[in-house]
Amino acid sequence: MTTGWTREEIAARTAQDIPNSSYVNLGIGIPELVAKFVPEGREFIYHTENGLLGMGPPPGDDERDLDLMNAGKKYVTAVPGAAYFHHADSFSMIRGGHLDVCVLGTMQVAANGDIANWSTGAPGAIPAVGGAMDLVQGVKQIFVVTQHTTKTGEPKLVERCSYPLTGAGVVSRVYSNLAVIDITPDGFRLVELAPGVSFDEVKGKTGAPVLPPA
Amino acid sequence: MINKVCPSVAQAVADIPDGATVMVGGFGASGSPIELIHALIDHGAKNLTVINNNTGNGVVGLAALIGNGQVSKMVCSFPRSSQSKVFPEFYKEGKIELDLVPQGTLAERIRAAGAGIPAFYTPTTVQTVLAEGKEQREFDGRTYVLERWLKADYALIKCATADPLGNLTFNKTARNFSPLMCMAAKTTIAQAGRLVERGGIDPEHVVTPGIFVNRVIEVTEPVHEDTLIAEGRCYP
Repeated sequence: MTTGWTREEIAARTAQDIPNSSYVNLGIGIPELVAKFVPEGREFIYHTENGLLGMGPPPGDDERDLDLMNAGKKYVTAVPGAAYFHHADSFSMIRGGHLDVCVLGTMQVAANGDIANWSTGAPGAIPAVGGAMDLVQGVKQIFVVTQHTTKTGEPKLVERCSYPLTGAGVVSRVYSNLAVIDITPDGFRLVELAPGVSFDEVKGKTGAPVLPPA
Repeated sequence: MINKVCPSVAQAVADIPDGATVMVGGFGASGSPIELIHALIDHGAKNLTVINNNTGNGVVGLAALIGNGQVSKMVCSFPRSSQSKVFPEFYKEGKIELDLVPQGTLAERIRAAGAGIPAFYTPTTVQTVLAEGKEQREFDGRTYVLERWLKADYALIKCATADPLGNLTFNKTARNFSPLMCMAAKTTIAQAGRLVERGGIDPEHVVTPGIFVNRVIEVTEPVHEDTLIAEGRCYP
């Protein structure tokens, strides 16, 4: 019987790998939860693409500011010491390699570090890319957090992405409900298993070979 | 004495012709110049190319401009959201063209236009379908894609404070693309929550210098897209 990690536990495990004093950009979904699990003694400064460094938690109902949103269009707060700036400065931080870690969700991630998280390429679908292609090229470390398989049981960790790429060879590490897996020059390599999960189960649910821990 | 103050939003947008390229400030609801957009709907210019990060929400502001059949092409990075209904409908019916640009590239193309730089190389989109057909070049062992500047005839933006010379300040994340758009458009029209006299903005606090701004209109207590949608409002 599989146990594995919950969404919160995946986020908490991811936060463990973010060094103190990092400038961090969090994607929408499980990545957002990372902010709830900052390890004791560390401080992360959160960047949001729409022009805020020093993003804080969601506001209470009575302190909501209509001019203060994050990239997911949700209302947020700014921590003491925060800074506002325009979009070209914001993406200079991203593209210019000034951010330390970006945590993203995905549709597929490949053994060679390719990521596909913006479009299924289906005819008639409205493509929407946002800042994902800038983030994967510019941020020093790209962490992917994801369920290990789709709702229908298909692997999301694959040999090669079948969906259109967001970026090629950009992902460093994957955190799923089953395991932490590194992207290495030799492909996927297991770092850690979630509680109650066997290496065989991880291998069986991954669409490419997974090497044992180094 | 230079005075860029315009008496009304209607007058401010009155000369926008059919076929114009119009940048609209804002990121989702924050910073969206709703009053100027609604004035453009009243004005009725058609066949517009609109540049904005998104495509509007509900049936107000930018979404209403599209819904009114005035926009033939959208240039944006993220054309769908939980509350965008108008654009998806028009797109699926083939009534509007979409030019999808990654967000950082969109910002930098606008900045480049304002800065007089016709093109630049960026790592964004390398080895993706969005780089297809674009010139690529290697610098220091890494591949980059050539992107061109993005200009406009008009920019409609919302700011917090303006003075008669067009110096502007913004509020929080409502700033987003607006300072860049002010630089990239031939005619920039700014609606300001507060109009102050000359010298009313500390020169150290000016975000957009007045040289980039042509018309200023005071709109005190501007409406907000999210509020209008929550109230179930439609425009016109």
